[in-house]
Amino acid sequence: MRGSRIIRVKPVLDLRAALKNAVVAAATAFGLFALLIGIRTDQGPSGGLELTPRFGTLGILVAIAFVGGLLRGILFGERRIHIAPRLPAAATAVLDRVGRMFAPALLAFALAVPILFYHDRYILDLSIQILTYVMLGWGLNIVVGLAGLLDLGYVAFYAVGAYSYALIATNFGLSFWMCLPISGILACFWGVLLGFPVLRLRGDYLAIVTLAFGEIIRLVLINWQSVTGGPNGVPGIPRPSFFGIPFNAEEGGFAATFGLEYSATYRIVFLFYVILALALLTNWVTIRLRRLPIGRAWEALREDEIACRSLGINTTNVKLTAFAMGAMFGGFAGSFFATRQGFISPESFTFSESALVLAIVVLGGMGSQLGVVIAATVMLGGFELFREFAQYRMLVFGLAMVAIMVWRPRGLIATRSPSVFLERRKGIEPGLVREERG
Amino acid sequence: MSAASAPAAEAVQGSEPLLGLRGVKAFYGSIIALKGVDIDVYDGEIVALIGANGAGKSTLMMTIFGNPRAREGRIVFAGRDITDLPTHEIAHLRIAQAPEGRRIFARMSVLENLQMGATTAEPTHFAEDLERMFALFPRLQERLHQRGGTLSGGEQQMLAIARALMARPRLLLLDEPSLGLAPVLVKQIFDAIRQLNRREKLTVFLVEQNAFHALKLANRGYVMVNGLITLTGTGRELLARPEVRSAYLEGGRA
Ligand SMILES: Nc1ncnc2c1ncn2[C@@H]1O[C@H](COP(=O)(O)OP(=O)(O)OP(=O)(O)O)[C@@H](O)[C@H]1O
Ligand SMILES: [Mg+2]
Repeated sequence: MRGSRIIRVKPVLDLRAALKNAVVAAATAFGLFALLIGIRTDQGPSGGLELTPRFGTLGILVAIAFVGGLLRGILFGERRIHIAPRLPAAATAVLDRVGRMFAPALLAFALAVPILFYHDRYILDLSIQILTYVMLGWGLNIVVGLAGLLDLGYVAFYAVGAYSYALIATNFGLSFWMCLPISGILACFWGVLLGFPVLRLRGDYLAIVTLAFGEIIRLVLINWQSVTGGPNGVPGIPRPSFFGIPFNAEEGGFAATFGLEYSATYRIVFLFYVILALALLTNWVTIRLRRLPIGRAWEALREDEIACRSLGINTTNVKLTAFAMGAMFGGFAGSFFATRQGFISPESFTFSESALVLAIVVLGGMGSQLGVVIAATVMLGGFELFREFAQYRMLVFGLAMVAIMVWRPRGLIATRSPSVFLERRKGIEPGLVREERG
Repeated sequence: MSAASAPAAEAVQGSEPLLGLRGVKAFYGSIIALKGVDIDVYDGEIVALIGANGAGKSTLMMTIFGNPRAREGRIVFAGRDITDLPTHEIAHLRIAQAPEGRRIFARMSVLENLQMGATTAEPTHFAEDLERMFALFPRLQERLHQRGGTLSGGEQQMLAIARALMARPRLLLLDEPSLGLAPVLVKQIFDAIRQLNRREKLTVFLVEQNAFHALKLANRGYVMVNGLITLTGTGRELLARPEVRSAYLEGGRA
């Protein structure tokens, strides 16, 4: 045996390296911001473009980058072997523990939102929007998080669901509750249809094909004018009713029937609970499926496709069911979107929607149900918070994403809890294999 | 061809082999990896396949499972032609494999990995089979809820074998079960294989670099060179052959 060499990695303070690091950071910042921030463009009185240099702001940004680079060089020194600076173990543990009690508390809070914020229409609308994205995130989580199939065209199923409801309701007068399953099934069907050609693809290739699929659906919606109304969209989509009782100020309306004073908020509250119920349904189904052989097969597929096949799993079916399930929930969310808006057009179903939902899943920590909720809340809430600083909104958003990916490269909630535990000590009987709650 | 091979004492002579390969050729793209391989594995035997790196041993294991598919020749298992069956259907015929590289589901727990192994088995066997695996590899019981990817190499190897056994196979294919293991563990794994073969009449076909151990364990062995079988005989015969000794046991532990 040869003597093994020991490579010492000590955190030596190397000022030159740190300085170099800082210069590189500053140069990068300069390159990035020179035009973005260093020069401000305004429309002059004559209609021409006026350029105002802002060297001060630019200088501050470059200085920040320089100091940041220097500090990083000094603090982390030569320990380049660390792939990413992580949160300390204690913080991670706390985060994980809080996570366990967090879910029930969050649910209770969600149920109470319409009561707490009854008079705040803005909050109610925002919560409905967040819940819609939570539902979309959970739906996509089945495909991306569990089955590991990178789908960049998820918005296609959202669109199919929305247009299914809109067209069926406006043309045939079916109610929301009748249309909901139909839209789900139609989206599901498109999911399978997309699934077939991409069965052999993985990773990047799959991503590109699904991206194209999303665009195809959008272009069809724009160009098939006779059916979809083209770019003008579908107006006058019926609002949901409370088991047949419409939310209006008239005789047979919700308020009159229950002897209440008419208020537009009733409908909003109702919509809130509808999307909450739909989202919880998605979550419940996902958690149930994860414990069944099919859910286990999805996760195994994400880990190793070849091993799956040699263990007797028909990976074709497993992939198709993942696509179909994900698409179905996307379709549900789509018809909810249509009934909430009352008007839909292809503009609501662009790639940026797919990207947003995917970002929610990835930031949440692929496969984590709670992570999706947190990520959706943080992202949509963040969008709203920074609405006033419109010009810095995307900058802050981008920085936040980078920060999360640096500190928690596997997403906010990266720990995956097994779907099954064994109660032991007395030997195992078939009934003793207990399944863990999501 | 097969007349040249000497069936083991235990094998029922003249009967059909459990697994039979005839003139099997397999390709990666246009590169040929198996150039016409004949192999017989009889019920109740342990058969070892040895050969240098890149000889095509792992390819052979995978070709039995249809990936890559045999482009020429026939593969028959238990009297049924499986040459053109899809991989997952082959697995349902009760052939199981602990493949090269182990292919553990890294983010899933040990228990979940074992559950995946039981995909083709009767669900009612699960608890009993789990107990058998714990008896065979007590280490797995201790690590039951640990993520597969965080197990040590040896533990992963045990898990890969246990996962394959959860299917209650008639034939177990093992690709380098001793790879990267300490001598004590190698002995433990080989003992486990012998025990399964004796007590449960499990038929085993294994690929090994550890030629000495493998040929001592096996009833019969095959030597593969560049995609072709060049030598075959009982384990003891092969161990005595000078060409085997020089090529695979050089500086050996015999
Ligand atoms: N996926 C692949 N694509 C192309 N060529 C491959 C592929 N897998 C294996 N090969 C080639 O096929 C030949 C046989 O490989 P194989 O893995 O079967 O060897 P092996 O006998 O198992 O070797 P080792 O003992 O090192 O595991 C090698 O030359 C290898 O380079
Ligand atoms: Mg090999």
